[in-house]
Amino acid sequence: MSNHVETKQLAGVLGYFDHDHALIKAMTQVKESKKFKHYDAFTPYPVHGLDAAQGLDRSPLPFVTFAAGMTGCTLGFLLQYWTSVVDWPLIVGGKPFNSWPAFVPVMFECTILFAGLATVGAMFLINGLPNHKKKIFDPKLTQDRFAILIEAPSHKEDESFNESKAAEFLKSIGAKDVKSVYAEGWF
Amino acid sequence: MATPTEFMTYTPEPLVTGGKTLADVNNDISAPLERFPTKKWWICFITAILAFLLGASLAAEMFMKGLGVLGLNQPNGWGVFIVNFVFWVGIGHAGTLISAILFLFRQKWRTAINRSAEAMTIFAVMTALLFPVIHTGRPWYAAFWLLPYPNQRHLWVNFRSPLLWDVFAVGTYFTISLVFWFVGLIPDIASVRDRSKHPVRKFIYTILSMGWRGSNKNWSHYEITYMILAGLSTPLVLSVHSVVSFDFATSLLPGWHTTIFPPYFVAGAIFSGFAMVVTLLVIAREMFNLKNYITLGHLEKMNKIIMATGLMVGYAYSCEFFIAWYSGSPFERFAFINRAFGPYWWAYWIMASCNVIIPQVFWFKKARTSIPIMFVVSLFVNIGMWFERFVIVVTSLHRDYLPSSWKYYVPTFYDWGITIGSFGWFFIWFLLFCRVLPVIAMAEVKSVMNDHSHGVDTHGGNSSKEAHAHE
Repeated sequence: MSNHVETKQLAGVLGYFDHDHALIKAMTQVKESKKFKHYDAFTPYPVHGLDAAQGLDRSPLPFVTFAAGMTGCTLGFLLQYWTSVVDWPLIVGGKPFNSWPAFVPVMFECTILFAGLATVGAMFLINGLPNHKKKIFDPKLTQDRFAILIEAPSHKEDESFNESKAAEFLKSIGAKDVKSVYAEGWF
Repeated sequence: MATPTEFMTYTPEPLVTGGKTLADVNNDISAPLERFPTKKWWICFITAILAFLLGASLAAEMFMKGLGVLGLNQPNGWGVFIVNFVFWVGIGHAGTLISAILFLFRQKWRTAINRSAEAMTIFAVMTALLFPVIHTGRPWYAAFWLLPYPNQRHLWVNFRSPLLWDVFAVGTYFTISLVFWFVGLIPDIASVRDRSKHPVRKFIYTILSMGWRGSNKNWSHYEITYMILAGLSTPLVLSVHSVVSFDFATSLLPGWHTTIFPPYFVAGAIFSGFAMVVTLLVIAREMFNLKNYITLGHLEKMNKIIMATGLMVGYAYSCEFFIAWYSGSPFERFAFINRAFGPYWWAYWIMASCNVIIPQVFWFKKARTSIPIMFVVSLFVNIGMWFERFVIVVTSLHRDYLPSSWKYYVPTFYDWGITIGSFGWFFIWFLLFCRVLPVIAMAEVKSVMNDHSHGVDTHGGNSSKEAHAHE
């Protein structure tokens, strides 16, 4: 190991696979071996079936969407009710102050606006985007390579992780190429 | 050789041709971003800028002199600007249809065209938004008239007016489309970032990519988000042109006061938008050498949608006439007979022939798969749909109830110049987009290519079934 490498913190061991199918198979083995606590995959496109192989729970984002949508709908109504009934009641076209059917389009648009923005905001939050601390390990990972990362624990006390054992395990499940990767920021 | 089972099972055409690998996708699609613009691009770009400058200077003069420079008169209070607004909003609808509705229907062929169609949506809505604002004649007051914010006059906007619903509908549509587009771009910007050599370029794309790494934990949330945005955009896009149609339909004017308007406008919007997508993609695939990604198969499918929506629009035209007769209202009958045979008969028949008759050539596969024919048809549809809005706006207004309020509307040089300027504005954005962002959703294309690379036969028959099993 060179000096250059020793100054950086070990992020984990990365094993490359040729195809998404091989990746799914390998990921299942990583999960079922129960040897590692933290692991993840890196792929150039979303691979279907990988979430199940990795044992990821379904994303909680739909709940955010629902809550934000309801909030948007309510706020859209309250804005119109307050301006038309409370703050400055004005008869328009002979309609009652609270002419709620006319408020529906704006309520609908507010529902969609709040739900959409909140969903994307929550996705960024959960995914840690924008991310400036963790640089991509290999530029090919956004092109055509698939990899499994067995993550090194952030605390040294965790004895369960062993760099060479992790590398060996990745090779044993068919990784074409294995290397240790180090934590690095983008800038 | 074909076996009997092959005749019985549906074998989809490959979505990407030319035996491309995953790396080729990045190389081919990023190539236009990584070289200097071609001469053709500069010619287009400078033309677009000149057109925009023409429109901008005429608009500036209009602000100084007043709306009197336009062709508007009594009773024609709405003219080419409103036609352009509806036209451009309509153009945008195809992008959302492709990105959201086809996504929900699992139409994998959309991956080749959704990025550019979404870009078109955003730029078209940006163009559309110019018109109501400059039509006020005092654009610096536009915020006061359009947005509900506490102001010194202590008055609020009128929430019972469909014009205000428009502000919310089009505003939401623009925001959500932009966010949807950007979310789709993140992984692709990351791909471009990871290929960049120049440090400044790398820095910019790193910022834009938000540091995306392609981690599967991220993909998992990302995919749900994408699906939710598609689910939200679908009713949204239907609402937007419905609300635009309310601008007319909630009035009491014969010719506007019809309940068929919302679905009729949405079908027309999709129709015109698809025509614009075909126009743009036929040029783009030629200029950027993307024929293996945007194949004839893709274009053929779009032409089928153009024909289907064209028939819906044709149905709406005839239904309107029937209802005008069936209503028994002499004013309704007059409005429609006047529309087809009155002073603006030429606009009506341009509309009918471009939108209903000409797209019928797409019944023939030869026409659907011929680049020159589809290009010409798509231009006709664009023209026809512009005239549809012209017919709706002008023919309904120009003969009011009293013959003393009858007047022929002729757009002036200012109307036409600002219209040309809007095309310049649209193309400036679109041309810049082609230069700096990948015009095809690379990550999505890769995920559908994969269906064809592992199966028993290389043409996709069995392998696509396999892929479905994984989903």
